[in-house]
Amino acid sequence: MIETVERKSKSISTGIDWYLSSFRLFEESLNGKAASQIHSIRKDALARFAALGFPTTKNEEWKYTDISPLTKYHFKPMLKYSLEGLTARDVEQFTFHNLPSFRVVCVNGHFSEQLSTLSGLPHDVRIESLTDMLQSDSDIIREYLGKFVSYENDTFIALNTAFLHDGVFISIPNNTILKIPIHMIFISMESDSEFVSHPRSLIVTGKNAQVSILESYVNLTDRTYFTNTVSEIVLGENAVLEHNRVQLESTRAFHIATIQTQQERNSNFTANSLIFGGSLVRNNLNSVLDGEGAECTLNGLYLGTGSQLIDNHTTIDHAKPHCPSHELYKGILSGKSKGVFNGKIKVRKDAQKTDAKQTNKNLILSDDASIDTKPQLEIFANDVKCTHGATIGQLDEDAIFYLRSRGVSLEKARDILIYAFASDVIDRIKIEALREQLHEIIHDRLERERQ
Amino acid sequence: MLEIINLHAGVQGNEILKGIDLKVNVGEVHAIMGPNGSGKSTLAQVLAGRESFAITEGRVLYEGRDLLARAPEDRARQGLFMAFQYPVEIPGVTNTYFLKSGLNAIRKHRGLEELDAIEFLQLAKERAKLVDMDESLLNRPINHGFSGGEKKRNEIFQMAVLEPKLAILDETDSGLDIDALRIVANGINKLRRKDNAIILVTHYQRILNYVVPDFVHVLIDGQIVHSGGKELALELEERGYDWVRDDAEKAIVSS
Ligand SMILES: Nc1ncnc2c1ncn2[C@@H]1O[C@H](COP(=O)(O)OP(=O)(O)O)[C@@H](O)[C@H]1O
Ligand SMILES: [Mg+2]
Repeated sequence: MIETVERKSKSISTGIDWYLSSFRLFEESLNGKAASQIHSIRKDALARFAALGFPTTKNEEWKYTDISPLTKYHFKPMLKYSLEGLTARDVEQFTFHNLPSFRVVCVNGHFSEQLSTLSGLPHDVRIESLTDMLQSDSDIIREYLGKFVSYENDTFIALNTAFLHDGVFISIPNNTILKIPIHMIFISMESDSEFVSHPRSLIVTGKNAQVSILESYVNLTDRTYFTNTVSEIVLGENAVLEHNRVQLESTRAFHIATIQTQQERNSNFTANSLIFGGSLVRNNLNSVLDGEGAECTLNGLYLGTGSQLIDNHTTIDHAKPHCPSHELYKGILSGKSKGVFNGKIKVRKDAQKTDAKQTNKNLILSDDASIDTKPQLEIFANDVKCTHGATIGQLDEDAIFYLRSRGVSLEKARDILIYAFASDVIDRIKIEALREQLHEIIHDRLERERQ
Repeated sequence: MLEIINLHAGVQGNEILKGIDLKVNVGEVHAIMGPNGSGKSTLAQVLAGRESFAITEGRVLYEGRDLLARAPEDRARQGLFMAFQYPVEIPGVTNTYFLKSGLNAIRKHRGLEELDAIEFLQLAKERAKLVDMDESLLNRPINHGFSGGEKKRNEIFQMAVLEPKLAILDETDSGLDIDALRIVANGINKLRRKDNAIILVTHYQRILNYVVPDFVHVLIDGQIVHSGGKELALELEERGYDWVRDDAEKAIVSS
């Protein structure tokens, strides 16, 4: 099967061959330790990856995002867990001041027991390395891993699944309320060549459980690298989960991420996607409202500087009646950066009384910056309320003059207005330490852009 | 304090100010009156540093130095203030946050200590009383959702906080009912001092009953066509602007 695919792949992209040969190395590194069932899934996913090939801009889903720069690299797979001298102190810089948290650290896609600090965790809450889970071949993995996320039509999910071997597993049992957030820090660090990691997360929250999660993507390397992550999140009945993702990677980073959530009855999911880093970033955030009364809120803020490309694709799938969804994405694009927003709202035939609201607003700070924004509504029910709107604008000259006329400098006036634009997304974040840091991050990024 | 010499300004080749001459000394209050569209706001905005107007001729000296080359924020820091005819609404930025930032920039320029949040709030509350402004407006986004009267009060409140040397008030009286007008006028009078100056731009004579000017100028079609004492305002109220316009035209013809 792979052979026929390889022949075909030459016409699509030589990039594929590289991953196919990497896979052989990966298999050898497993030393027969891999659970056989998982490994057959990997092989199946690899075949799917090879058949799909890398998408081009002819593919509707990738129309505005050209990933050919990514496919040119021969990224070395990071097969082994290694800290290369990294210590807990090095990690400190990526934590938030005044924010107590259970800390999970992944280095180049590998869960680090040493650097994670999980003491005080209620005994029935599980935060573990996915490798361990795969080896123990537990029921929960069989029940959930790969159940809601499909690699059938997605090259990058297929690739992640083919190389699936490490990441984070979190399970919050029924009725457990975790008052302290879980902070997952994904660090990419020095390697002897360009490299790729495929971290995978599985987060399962039980009935009436409540948890707040914070994910940071950061780097300690100047090298070009690629992170291809997949997260699966399951919310049990009446569960409440807030997921904050802060992307702060270097301008040499390629970052492709899929978050797939599955929501049961009356559950409440909030995502705050805060995207600042990376040279080419594609986030796919897909939520399935699969129980009556489930609610989902997707907030996004993306700030493009330099020649960054930041692409946010969201899908909210209203599968059951009486589900509200709220979506607010705001983009600030400066320099030569480019933004893409594609917000799909799907309302299935039975999902009556759906109430979906989507807003995308963009602030363009320079002539060379741009945004492609597109709502995509697929509505098959008749008694629903769906609204959407997108705006693209510039800083208000009258407002700038008003501020300056009171003694505020031009630079500061612009910063104040940019921050004000972002503030209605930031104000929705519940973690105060994060809100405060965002102010600094935005300021620093814009400051750097000016120089 | 301020000397405007043969000032010409406009937008996109369209001349709005056609040679303005005006001199304002410390301690004086000048009223500039004129029909709609005569260029009053343009003059006010050019003085405050609005860059969308191009200056084609003339000079403006402020405290003996060229004003027009300076950025709006520098003018504010040097003590110039303009109350906007149409104050801008800025959602997402609170009144006090931006004003504190402006005041501290001005104080720094004057060699004074910056105020911290508590000190500033104390000052702001005290000055809000001057214009009978509701304290709740302090922490609302700038002018956002304010009524017309609240916006005008907010302008004079800002003036009270920033304590300018030269204040240009552009139709601060327009759209106010008589009670609000009295409050705002009262506020202005309290800020009137021997060591500062005020230019009151207005369309109506009404406010001049409360804030009595030393000089009144009539601006028509981009030029000051007539100047006089405070009684000129009453005459304009009675006879309208046409007679000034006619006189001015006669003057041009005969010259
Ligand atoms: N930004 C602008 N662009 C084009 N024309 C303008 C602009 N501002 C003012 N004008 C024109 O200049 C003239 C004077 O306007 P303005 O200064 O606002 O008058 P006033 O304040 O005396 O009513 C008017 O004819 C107005 O239409
Ligand atoms: Mg006007």
